[in-house]
Amino acid sequence: MTSQANISTPSTELAPSSRLTVWNWLRTQLFSSPFNTLLTILSVWLLFATVPAMVDWFLISSTATAKTSQECREVTGACWSMIVEKHRLILFGVYPYEEQWRPLLATLILVGVIILSGVRRFWNISLVFFWIIALSSVAVLMWGGVFGLTYVENSRWGGLPLTLILSTFGIAFAFPLGVLLALGRRSKMPAIKTLCVVYIELIRGVPLISLLFMSAVMLPLFLPEGVTIDKLLRAQVAIILFAAAYMAETVRGGLQAIPKGQFEGADSLGLTYWQQMRLIVLPQALKIVIPPLVGLFIALFKDTSLVVIIGIFDLTQAAKAALVDQAWRGFSVEVYIFISAIYFLFCYSMSKYSQSLEKRLATEHQR
Amino acid sequence: MAEAIISMKEVNKWYGKFHVLRNINLDVARGERIVICGPSGSGKSTLIRCINRLEEHQKGHIIVEGTEITNDIRDVEAIRRDVGMVFQHFNLFPHLTVLENLTLGPIWVLKTPKAEAEARAMKYLERVRIAEQASKFPGQLSGGQQQRVAIARSLCMDPKVMLFDEPTSALDPEMVKEVLDVMVGLAEDTGMTMLVVTHEMGFARKVADRVIFMDRGEIIEQNTPDAFFDNPQNERTKLFLSQILH
Repeated sequence: MTSQANISTPSTELAPSSRLTVWNWLRTQLFSSPFNTLLTILSVWLLFATVPAMVDWFLISSTATAKTSQECREVTGACWSMIVEKHRLILFGVYPYEEQWRPLLATLILVGVIILSGVRRFWNISLVFFWIIALSSVAVLMWGGVFGLTYVENSRWGGLPLTLILSTFGIAFAFPLGVLLALGRRSKMPAIKTLCVVYIELIRGVPLISLLFMSAVMLPLFLPEGVTIDKLLRAQVAIILFAAAYMAETVRGGLQAIPKGQFEGADSLGLTYWQQMRLIVLPQALKIVIPPLVGLFIALFKDTSLVVIIGIFDLTQAAKAALVDQAWRGFSVEVYIFISAIYFLFCYSMSKYSQSLEKRLATEHQR
Repeated sequence: MAEAIISMKEVNKWYGKFHVLRNINLDVARGERIVICGPSGSGKSTLIRCINRLEEHQKGHIIVEGTEITNDIRDVEAIRRDVGMVFQHFNLFPHLTVLENLTLGPIWVLKTPKAEAEARAMKYLERVRIAEQASKFPGQLSGGQQQRVAIARSLCMDPKVMLFDEPTSALDPEMVKEVLDVMVGLAEDTGMTMLVVTHEMGFARKVADRVIFMDRGEIIEQNTPDAFFDNPQNERTKLFLSQILH
C-alpha cells in the first residue's frame, strides 16, 4: 500500500487560457509591429477607395430594367439590361431560338449527374448507368432528329452546354488515359515506358492552341478522300490528349509517393499487377494528388475556351458574338463579368468539392 | 530429413558489383523452423526475399513446393500464394481496415467468397488476439498490434511456408514480446514451416529446429539451437554471438 501511495498522480493542470478580447485580437493580428500597422492602414485605405465605387457601379447606379441601350447609356453604373437582353445568345450561342430549352435541359442534366457523382452514397456501379443515361439524353437533346425533335447539326451548338460537354468528356476520358500513361511511364517494359515518355513529353512540349490547330487544319490533310471527322470531335480529342499528358505527370507524382513496402506487401500476397494497382496503389496515390489533379480539371475547364480559335462557339465565343450587335455596343465589361461569374461558379465548386473530399478521406484513414 | 519444401542450390546474387549471396545451398524440410541470424549486411534478408521473388537471384536454382522460380510471372504468383511473408515494417495497407487487409488476398487471389473470407479473417484475428480491432485502420493501432495483424494477413492465405523478415526489429521494446508470443504459438500449434530472420535468440532457442549463421553473403555455420549457442565452431560465429549476447 505504501509503495502505491508514493506514486504521485500527474497533476491535472490546464494550459493557460489565452483570453481573446477585441483589444488583444487587434493588437496581435493588426498592429503587432510598425510594419504591420502600416500594412493595416494601407489595406483599409485601399478598401475605402475601391469598395464604395464598386458597390455603386454594380448595384446602386446600375440598371437591369432599361428597355433600350439608349436608356442604359444614361446611367453611370453597370447596364445589366445587356445581359437580360442577350443572355440566351451568350448561354446557348446560335442554337435555334425556339429550341433552346433543349440545350438548357441538357446543361441541367450534365450538372445534375456531375453533382450526383460527387455524392459518396452513389459511388457504385449504378453511377455508370446514370452516366450512360445522362450522356445519351444529352446527345438526343442536342442533336435531335428523333422523338419529334428537329435535327440540329453540331456546328450550331454553342455557349455553356458546349463548354460543359467539352470539359466533361475531356475530364472523363483524359483522367483514365492519364492514369494509364502514368503507370506506363513507370513500367518495367522498355517499349511501353518509352512510348509513354515520348507521348507525355511531346504533348507537354506544345501549346494546346497548336494541338487544336493541328486537329482542325492538319488532320484532314492526312485522312483519305471523303473521310471526315467532325470538327467538334477533333477538338474534343485534342483536349483529351493534351490534358491526359499533364494528368499523367501528376498521377506519377502520387505513385512515387507510395512506399516500396506497399508494393512488396501486395506482391507477397500474390496479387497480380493490375490488382495491385487497382486495390492498393492507385487508391492511395490518387488521394495524395487530389489537389493538383483538381487544379488540372479546373485548368481544362477554362482551356476549353481556346476552341474559339478553330471557330467553335463555346461560352467565351458566344459572349463575343453578343458584343457584335451595333445597338448594344459598349457594354463588353458587363458581358465579360457575366461569363466570368459562370466560369467562377463552376471552378470554385470544383475547388470546394476537392477540399471537402480531401478532408473526408484524411479523417477516414487516420494515418 | 523429410521431403524438402524449399530447396536452394548454388544461389548467387549481386547488387551491381556487390556479391550479396554466395553459393547458398539450403534445404528446408516441411514443418521445419529455421532462424537465420548474422550481422547487418550479411544477406540474410535478401536470402529469404529471394524465396518469394521480392529479390531476383542471378545464378542457381530455387525450388518451392516443386516449382522452380523463373522469370515466368505465373510461377512466381503461384509461389507467392503458398509463401506468406511478414515484414519488418508490417506493410499493411493504410487505406483499408484491418478486416479488409486480411480479406483482400483471399478474395482477389484465392477467389474465396467474401463472407467466408471474413469468417476466416476473424478466426485468425482471434488467434493473434486482436479481433476487437477488426474495423479500425492500421494507423490507429500500435506497432505490436500492426505486426500481429500482418501475421494474421499472411495466415489468411493459408500459406505452406511463412517468412519473417526481422519482424520485431522495428517495434518498441515493450511490444516485442506480444509478437514473439504469437509466433511461438504459431510454431507450436500449427507445425507451420517457418524461416525467421531475427536476433531474438530466446525465440531461436525456444522454437527453432535449426539456426543458420550468415556473414558476407555466405552460410557460415548451421546447427541445432543448443549446439549453436553453447558450442559455436566458427570464429565469426563466436564473435557475433559475443556481440549480441553481451
